[in-house]
Amino acid sequence: MRVRIRVRYNAPHMRRFDYFAPTSVEEAVSLLQERGDGARLLAGGTDLLVQMKEAGVHPSAVVSLHAVDELRGISDESDGGLRIGARTLMNDVAAHETVRGAYTALAEGAGVLGSTQTRNMATIGGNIANAAPSADTAPPLAVFDAEAEIAGPGGTRTLPVIELFSGPGSTTLETAEVITAFRLPAVPDHTGSAYQRHTPRKTMDIATVGVSVKLTLADDGSIGDAAICLGAVAPTVIRAGEAERALAGETPSDELFASAGELAQAAASPISDVRGSAEFRRYLIGVMTRRCLGIALERAQA
Amino acid sequence: MTTAETTTETPREASALEKVTVRYTINGEQREVEIAPNRTLLEVVRDELRLTGAKEGCGTGDCGACSMIVDGKLITSCLMLAPQADGSEITTIEGVAQDGKLHPLQQQFIDHGAVQCGFCIPGMILAGKALLDSNPAPSELEIREAIAGNLCRCTGYTKIVEAIAAAAD
Repeated sequence: MRVRIRVRYNAPHMRRFDYFAPTSVEEAVSLLQERGDGARLLAGGTDLLVQMKEAGVHPSAVVSLHAVDELRGISDESDGGLRIGARTLMNDVAAHETVRGAYTALAEGAGVLGSTQTRNMATIGGNIANAAPSADTAPPLAVFDAEAEIAGPGGTRTLPVIELFSGPGSTTLETAEVITAFRLPAVPDHTGSAYQRHTPRKTMDIATVGVSVKLTLADDGSIGDAAICLGAVAPTVIRAGEAERALAGETPSDELFASAGELAQAAASPISDVRGSAEFRRYLIGVMTRRCLGIALERAQA
Repeated sequence: MTTAETTTETPREASALEKVTVRYTINGEQREVEIAPNRTLLEVVRDELRLTGAKEGCGTGDCGACSMIVDGKLITSCLMLAPQADGSEITTIEGVAQDGKLHPLQQQFIDHGAVQCGFCIPGMILAGKALLDSNPAPSELEIREAIAGNLCRCTGYTKIVEAIAAAAD
């Protein structure tokens, strides 16, 4: 008997597209406008190329941002805040001295994403624009009340990062709009922050649950301001508003943090999927919120 | 448009079937090649430049077999469009040995028996090189984190970690 073996080249392949490499935001916006819904923006490529190879995303045009120099880099703002260009690499965000010192949770989120290779390609703007509920930089940006600078055909606008998300993989960005930077307000003294995620594997994994916390202490050591943001437990990242309000004005204690954890659990609407059941996710929110509050408190006191 | 010039002068008139010219300095050598823009850097380096050390494992950036060093940064070349690397300096495994002499990492991989089937090794060595270039004395944890994006299905990693540590000494 003759057996015929069909050899299949296993590697996923991309369909053809028109390729553009504009050198300015303006040029990128007008290309997106001309090409309409068939065009996709390419930043680091670690999400888009995977989608083009495996998830049926077949853009008619790809507009790469790699030659738009104005989108890259981190700079101090005159009001004491920080501006991070959308095309800044994850490894550069994670290694930046001010980010590590004042915006620690963001350094932790950027530093834990993917692998060395991923972080050398993936950009902070791409991580947000891809709008995965598990995006590691989204909860940290949200607890710092970061705003996105957006350029579009009608000019520029700013929007709080958390308002960019409208569902898994979808944003409130209009056609031909480009995120150009994130603006992080100045951080008051006695502030500490943290980002933690739960993953079965330590690295190169996607969060089952991600939690970011920011605490600012008053002069008497009580909590002046608290921010908590949860990832991968709802269609978008969400703020745990009730838990935040329950912390404000209170003296930090294990009991207080445990009850904030319970309120955070109530804010979530997790699903069951390959990375964990809804029940497990809800349990993790309690543990991780409590843990992150403890870490943020220590950092705020330091 | 400074990079990836299309064969016509105006980028906006590029059609889907049009090729782009890309120039790389790969392992110290200038190369120029005309390619369709939907090809990855990995495909162009393997199929056009005939440097087949980098491998395609998953094609989605998870396994690290296609790792290259582009402008000093370790990347997965299966997730980089070839025109995105236009004008870049690229190091592949073929460029690691100098003047016919193995790089210390290569020698230590041999001495430690860190190679079995070999498929992941070009990526592993480049990941080790990228680490040692920026951190000449890494801890074991730093080594393990540096190769976390490189999967090996043979060795269990222990000998690879030992080889990288030995090359650092």
